[in-house]
Amino acid sequence: MSSILDFAPRIPIAEKTKDFVDWMTDAFSGIFGYLKKDGKEALNGLSDAMEAIPPVVVIILVALLAFFITGKKFGLATFSVFGLWLIYNQGFWSQLIDTFTLVLVSSLLSVVIGIPLGILMAKSKVAEAIITPVLDFMQTMPAFVYLIPAVAFFGIGMVPGVFASLIFATPPTVRMTNLGIRQVSTELVEAADAFGSTPGQKLFKVELPMAKSTMMAGVNQTIMLALSMVVTASMIGAPGLGSEVLSALQRAQVGPGFAAGLGIVILAIIVDRLAQNVNKSKKKAS
Amino acid sequence: MEPIIKVENLSKVFGTRIKQSVQLLEEGKTKEQILKETGDTVGVNRANFEVYPGEIFVIMGLSGSGKSTLIRLINRLIEPTEGSIIIGDQDLAKADKATLRDIRRKKLGMVFQSFALFPHRTVLENAAFGLEVQKVSKAEREKKAQEALELVGLGSYMHQYPDQLSGGMQQRVGLARALANDPDVLLMDEAFSALDPLIRKDMQDELVDLQAQMARTILFITHDLDEALRIGDRIALMRDGVIVQIGTPEEILMNPANAYVEKFVEDVDRSKVLTAQHIMNRPEMINIDNHGPRVALERMREEAISGVYVVDSKRNLVGYVTADAASKAIKEQKQLRDVLITDIPTVDKDLPMSDIFNVIHDSPLPIAVTEDGRLLGVLVRGAVIAALSEEGEVNMNV
Repeated sequence: MSSILDFAPRIPIAEKTKDFVDWMTDAFSGIFGYLKKDGKEALNGLSDAMEAIPPVVVIILVALLAFFITGKKFGLATFSVFGLWLIYNQGFWSQLIDTFTLVLVSSLLSVVIGIPLGILMAKSKVAEAIITPVLDFMQTMPAFVYLIPAVAFFGIGMVPGVFASLIFATPPTVRMTNLGIRQVSTELVEAADAFGSTPGQKLFKVELPMAKSTMMAGVNQTIMLALSMVVTASMIGAPGLGSEVLSALQRAQVGPGFAAGLGIVILAIIVDRLAQNVNKSKKKAS
Repeated sequence: MEPIIKVENLSKVFGTRIKQSVQLLEEGKTKEQILKETGDTVGVNRANFEVYPGEIFVIMGLSGSGKSTLIRLINRLIEPTEGSIIIGDQDLAKADKATLRDIRRKKLGMVFQSFALFPHRTVLENAAFGLEVQKVSKAEREKKAQEALELVGLGSYMHQYPDQLSGGMQQRVGLARALANDPDVLLMDEAFSALDPLIRKDMQDELVDLQAQMARTILFITHDLDEALRIGDRIALMRDGVIVQIGTPEEILMNPANAYVEKFVEDVDRSKVLTAQHIMNRPEMINIDNHGPRVALERMREEAISGVYVVDSKRNLVGYVTADAASKAIKEQKQLRDVLITDIPTVDKDLPMSDIFNVIHDSPLPIAVTEDGRLLGVLVRGAVIAALSEEGEVNMNV
């Protein structure tokens, strides 16, 4: 018996997606190949460079940064020293650096891509109407799904990890930039216009400075989302603390899994508090 | 005199069926009818007015009357639907973006209701904003901004941030920001409405003083009739997007164009607006050069009054003579001049009624109203009180 719902044959979404990704892989193989090779070299270079710094120097630098950025308070600095030493103590130092590289690069790229997109959205209703559902899609589609084309495009390793993190972590920066600019009070925008600002002057002298703290909240979220992607990204061979968690999961080793997971938590807390305090200290200055 | 701003047939319709609505506007339909027919909202309905150099032109109306829309049409913060705004020899409504920017930079300064200061900039940087967007060098723009700040009395607050200042001070910064550009016209949108009443009065007085110093043209929006009367050289009254009357404060108060204006001005404190000349009565007087005490007495008898004013041939006030004094003069064969009361209460014709109370209150004699010593009229207590009430007789033909 056929149901009324069977009026059409199955729509080949899966096949078409595969065809599309195959076509992309093929058509952009030049760019992808370049990103794959040079991107990998750059990322490895970066993490090697950071790894070359003696851990004790890194710990001191982070502690100093934490001390000054929190307004000469000892809390975060003490936590950083203890936390980072613990990670070192557990033998996860080079994994920490790899994870940090992944988070740093994907967050930076997210911000570089996200802020202009957010500005575009704030300035154009059409852009907002198009970008909003795309952002919703990016955030709700399970992150694992991005891994498949990421591998097709970039092979395995750090580069597809950055790609997947980028997709997952960019939306908050875009949304909060858009929101921040739209929240600038009408009178302030009118004041900028009434004194004869060009659109660029209005953006840089009024809108972006006013939107800054909202934007920074978005950037902070982006960093946290990038961090949350490190375990997922390790499934396609991104090295770091995430891959330790993954391998512990595969072997059902609760102890090492917890130890590596704790490392991620420590990194997350330090990065989050640093980012928040950057925002706060900027607010105070203005 | 050439008008500095000339607004012709300026309309703004918000909505989706603009063309149809404009058609209806031209047919003379009201805001309400158009809303019913097309669903569009008429912000401003074919406004026409001229602002002359050096005057404070006040646009007054209640909220929703379109006054804020109108002021924003003038510098095109809101795009006009129809009509023209002629500033100098340019029609701003048709200007391209670069010209519009140039006019905004050089000719129009704006002051906002809730100040609209940039919180991330110091007072000085706020005041210099208009010059900064014109790419004036830092040294020069700060010099001009400082001058503007000193003009409004904030010279010592240059390096504070706006949120460190009180409301009144913030609005002074707003004013300084507009003045620093040296614009031809200041557009002030409910500039003092957010301030508390005492500060508001100070600012109004100060604006009038500044205006006297600088002879700048000001277009001022308000919903407060007292404010309009206080600072306005001319007032335009708006209702439902239409300018219903334009006139001097007196014209508006004394000859309301229609029931709406009448209702509007009904609550106004008449004692602040009416002056002695509006409520004076015709004086009974005799000429000292021609008349003696007998004429004076005869006149009093005729008019059933107890005294008359005595003037000279040029109508200069000489004194007052009572019936008792006049009969005494006749009995004792004296001149009128010998029995005159010369120490009589006198007020200038422009003295506001609120000040007249003090004079009339403790005076046994009626009060003479004069202009440069010439007797114009007389104030009688009853008439003064009557004038305060709605029905009171006032004569505007002076």
